[in-house]
Parts: sequence; C-alpha cells; structure tokens
Amino acid sequence: MSDSKKIIDELKNKKYDAGFKAEIEEEIFPPGINEEIIRKISAIREEPEWVLNFRLRAYNYWKKLQMPRWAHLEFEDIDFQSIVYYAQPKIEKKGSLDEIDPKIKEIYDRLGVPLDEQKILAGVAVDAVLDSVSVATTFKEELRKLGIIFMPISEAIKQYPDLVKKYMGSVVPYTDNFFAALNSAVFSDGTFVYIPKGVHCPVELSSYFRLNVSEAGQFERTLIIADEGSYVSYLEGCTAPMFDENQLHSGVVELIALKDATIKYSTVQNWYPGDETGKGGIYNMVTKRGICKGDNSKILWTQVETGSAITWKYPSTILKGDNSVSEFYSVAVTNNYQQADTGTKMIHIGKNTRSTIVSKGISLGHSNNSYRGLVEIRKGAENARNFSQCDSLLIGDKCGAHTFPYIDVKNKTAIVEHEATTSKISDEQIFYLRQRGLDTEKAVSLIVNGFTKEVMNKLPMEFAAEAKRLLEITLEGSVG
Amino acid sequence: MENTKRQPLLEIHDLHASIEDKEILKGINLIVYPGEVHAIMGPNGSGKSTLSAVLAGKEDYTVTKGKVFFKGKDLLKMKPEERAREGLFLAFQYPVEIPGVSIMTFLKTVMEEIYKHRGMEPMTAAEFLRYLKEKKELVEFDSKLENRAVNAGFSGGEKKKNEILQMAVINPTLAILDETDSGLDIDALKIVANGVNKMKRDDNAFIVITHYQRLLNYIVPDIVHVLYDGRIVKTGTKELALELEEKGYDWIKKELSTL
Repeated sequence: MSDSKKIIDELKNKKYDAGFKAEIEEEIFPPGINEEIIRKISAIREEPEWVLNFRLRAYNYWKKLQMPRWAHLEFEDIDFQSIVYYAQPKIEKKGSLDEIDPKIKEIYDRLGVPLDEQKILAGVAVDAVLDSVSVATTFKEELRKLGIIFMPISEAIKQYPDLVKKYMGSVVPYTDNFFAALNSAVFSDGTFVYIPKGVHCPVELSSYFRLNVSEAGQFERTLIIADEGSYVSYLEGCTAPMFDENQLHSGVVELIALKDATIKYSTVQNWYPGDETGKGGIYNMVTKRGICKGDNSKILWTQVETGSAITWKYPSTILKGDNSVSEFYSVAVTNNYQQADTGTKMIHIGKNTRSTIVSKGISLGHSNNSYRGLVEIRKGAENARNFSQCDSLLIGDKCGAHTFPYIDVKNKTAIVEHEATTSKISDEQIFYLRQRGLDTEKAVSLIVNGFTKEVMNKLPMEFAAEAKRLLEITLEGSVG
Repeated sequence: MENTKRQPLLEIHDLHASIEDKEILKGINLIVYPGEVHAIMGPNGSGKSTLSAVLAGKEDYTVTKGKVFFKGKDLLKMKPEERAREGLFLAFQYPVEIPGVSIMTFLKTVMEEIYKHRGMEPMTAAEFLRYLKEKKELVEFDSKLENRAVNAGFSGGEKKKNEILQMAVINPTLAILDETDSGLDIDALKIVANGVNKMKRDDNAFIVITHYQRLLNYIVPDIVHVLYDGRIVKTGTKELALELEEKGYDWIKKELSTL
C-alpha cells in the first residue's frame, strides 16, 4: 500500500473533543422566523425602539432575498422556519463572576476557557456567549478604568446607545447580503468593544461562542471601534456539541479603525464539522468586515478555520484612510465532507494603501477547500499595493482545492501581485520522515506545520498553542 | 576473526525483491558486523538503490523471498519508522524538500521520537542546542543552514551535507549511504567522508553504496562487494575497488558471462 493511501485511511476520521452537550435548562423560543418572533426577541432583551426598528427593516428586506448560491459549496436548502432563533440559558445573571451558575462555568472549564479572574494569568479578558446570550465577561472593571468598553452588545445598546447607533450597520449594512440581513433581524448577543483615543489595550480581548441547543442558530454581532491612535487585539473562538442535525451560525462582525488605530482580529473556528460521513455539522455563514476609516490605520485579520460542515466567510477590509494597511492571514483545513469557501476582499480607496493576503488551504478526505478573494483598487487609490499568496495542500486524492482570485484595478499606479501554488504531500516526503523515525501521523503534522507556519506566527501567543493543537486534532487519524 | 564471535549487526539471507512484478534483487547475501565499513559497488541498474530502499522499508518494493535480521530482530516485519528508531539510517541519494520546516525543528522532533522510543526523557531546548552544536562541528556543517527549511532550495552538496548532519545527530548503529558522493565536488566529498570517519566506532557500521571508487579514497572500506544484476557477484578488500576503477564494470560482466 502506498503511503498516500495509508494517510487517507489513517486520517479519515477525526476526533471532535468539544462535542459534548451540557445539561442546562434553557428558555427556547419556538422555531421559525416572523415578525412576532423578532418582536419577542427584542422585548425579552428590553431593547429600545430603534433597535426593534432596525431588526424589522432588516427582516422585511431579508424576506425578499434568495439565499446566495455562487459559492463553491454544495448543501441542501436551509429551512429557515425550522431554526430556533433564540435560546437562553436559565440563569440568574449577577454582577460578579463568582456568582456565575456553576454549570455554565463547567462548560467553559471543559473547553479550557477561563472565566475565573483569579485564574487568568495569560492576560486574556473573556466574553463568553452561550447560544443567544452572553453569560460572563471577565476583566470588565479593570478595563473600564482605562476607558475601554468591553461588554455584551445587548448591554452596550442600553449603556452606550449613541456609540452603537452610530456604528452598528455602518460597515456591514443589513442590505449587504442575505445572511447579514438575517443576522440584523434576529441577532442575539455578541461583543462590543470601544478603545478610547490613544489607549493601548493591555490584554487580549476574547469572545468565546458556544452553541448548546440542537435546533438553535447563533446570530451574534460583534462591533469593535478603535478610536484615534489606539490599539486592540481581539480573539474569537467557537465550538458546538455534536448533533446529527445541521446548525446555522450566521454572525456579523464590524471593525472600525479610526486615524492611527490598529485592530488585530484573530479567529480560531472549531464549530462541529459533522461526522466522517458528512452528517451534521455547523453551517458557518459569516460576514466580517472592517474599515480603515482614518489615515494610517491598520486592520489585521488572522484566522484558523478547522471546523464547520460549511464555511462561507470572507473577512474583508475597506482601506479608506490614506496610508492604511490591512493583512489577511488564513489557514483553512477541511476533512471528511467539510466544505470551505473562504477568503477576503481588500478594497483600496485611500492613497498609498497596502494590503497583504496569505491564504493556506489544506484539504483531506472528501473535502473541498476554496479560496475566493477580491483585490479592488479604486480610481483614487494612488500607489496602492497588494500582495496575495494562495497556497493549497492536498492530502489524498479525493479532496479538492480551488482558487478564485478576482482583481479589479482602476488606478494605473497600483502594483498588485498574486502568487498561487498547489502541492500534495508526496509519498517521498512521508518516507523520508519515517526513515528518520517519525510515524506517518507525525510526519503529516510536521509537513502541515511547515506549510502553515507563516500564518500561525501571526497569532497571539495565547492562541497559537490552541490553534496548533486543533490543527493536530484535525489531522489526527482514528489509528487503532 | 574476532568479529565472528560477535553478533552480526545485519544479516541478509537470499533476499529477493521486486517492484511492479519486476525482480530487481535476485538473492542477496550479506553479513555486516559492528565496527565494519562495507562498500557496495556496481553499475547502474544493478540494484544498489533498491537494496537500500528495501532495507529502509520503502513500501513500493515487495520482498518475495529471504530474511533480514537487524540486531537479531526480523527487520522485514518492522515499519520504516521502527527500523529508524532501532538505529538504521539511510542517507538518501535524492533528499526531498520539506518546505517551512527548519532543520533545527526537524531534528528536534526526530530526537524526541527516538528518545521516546528508548524510554528516555526528551532533551531540553538548551541541551538540544548544545548537542546540535557539537554534531555540527563534528561534520563541519555550515552554521547558517540549520535555520533554513529542510533541503528547500539547497544545492546538491548542501543536501548531502544535511544528510550527514542528520546522521551525526541521530547517531545510528547502521548507516547506509546511498550514492552520497554523486554530484559532490571534492571539498564536499571530503566533508562527507570526514563525517563518516569521525563517527566510526566499534559498535556501529556503515554500508557505503557508490558507483565510483573516488569516495573510497576517503572512506576506507573493510570489505568491498560488487553488485550485478541483483546479486553480489564478487567480494574482496579495498583493492577490488581499485581494480574496478581501472578495468571498469565490463570486466565483471565478461567474467560472469564466461561462467
């Protein structure tokens, strides 16, 4: 048997160790979407009128849309009337973290997410979102002393309505696309971050999203505003239990970087990918976009995508300010019957704007992995510069790697570079490493680490170890 | 003669191997004792590289007959990585590139696996660095290369030197050098040979596979074998290598055809 055939056999199954369901009581709305449900969601969250109106406008717009089918993804139509749009753990929410329901704390402990402020040594502040509700936010008080606002968006709507009103929907309007409209209609919780002028946020801010109820969808909204000269690094992690049904996750993330500000946004996405036959798993349909609004601002995206049955996600940046900079570093791994269509858009508007795209796709099993990206240089973007590199690694011969790069240049001074490679782990490489004493699994993992190193190095220290471990689990076989 | 009392390191008995139903090895017999350096010479297509690949466990080849014992254990039953961890090393004729993985990371990972196999605690980062430095000096390895990805963009000579560094770090009991001299200039050749000579001990052995006698000026073999058409047809001392150099392989071919 050749080595590559062995690899396929050994790696066909992967473990998903975040796949437990916690037994906690939840208040669950009946499935389906209609005006009444939206009013109920708004009412239970005690939202002001303008938020309800925002939701209803989005809903009425969404009703007229068809689900987009242009991505290189195959899946059955989603029945939006069978989804539960609101599920809330039945807990008393108190001010102090010591009073968090122990059952909730246990969920996050099992996931390795510390909600205990005394135990947090790594310097990460966490906002934990379970199904539709934010259940705990750590470090809130310490951050407030610096003027940093880090809280669930539901609370921010009440406490900082002017900020939320000004920026929510300003980067991703509900008219943007089908899933953004749906999210705007039914969005549950999510994280709100505001970094005041000149403040360098001293800790990594982190949201941890968890789906627990089987029929529930998750529709969080994240809004991050970095005021002039400020800096923030934000981490996002996600998991869900293993269910046979497909679940929908449709988030919206908006980043606003004002003059001289930097936002670093890192994602480690580990939603349940379905079993080895392709049954179950999360449909991850997410709209993430940032705007470099002010001059010299920076938005840096880093993502490690190992989970989800379907990934449809293009974290993008509008480079509006002069001299603004954006980077997109991505690793997407698909195994079994997973499908990913992911990439980025870099829209250059300002002068001397620069963007870098480094995308690494790894396909195993029967999976399909596509990079889709747009580099757009608008008319006024003098001396804009882009460098894109898309590398694909295939493991086995039943998977696919696809690249769809779009380039649209309207200014002659622009320099746009695109490099792409596709490679396979060869039998010769595996044999070479085995001859040095590594087993096949370790050999594959070493090659994959080498392939993804450039992206992994961009992750904050706290996240890099977790991401590496996830990558290893994804590659791990069910070797007996 | 003292050697015969010791256990052989490698015993090959009547080894037959084929690839895609074509028989390449047609009954190899070879015994290697600790402390010995064997040279295997032969014309192109005689089965030299097949022999090294079969010993290392490359699965493209099927062993159809024969037995191989390594340190008394049935080698053919072991996976390639088990053979390596037991102390069998192959310096490849064409080392492959592993992009993005530095030589340092690679060797550290390899040593962790070997130590695990021996039931030993892995070296700490500092211990490993010291160990690597020592081995680099032993084989005169260019200090800048170790931070580069394994073989990626290396010249032919750099690739071979990297094989020798790996051999020094792994410190095998039996090292097979598969035409390590091919494509090397005289300076690189000396570095490779010096590496082998410095590593030579009473408890390890080398099999040097080569087409030309040139390398054997620097690595002096105890025993020279001539491989032809899948069999060892002649065995002698280092003088045999010189004779081959002088007369070429046709001499062997003629001698065999008259038999």
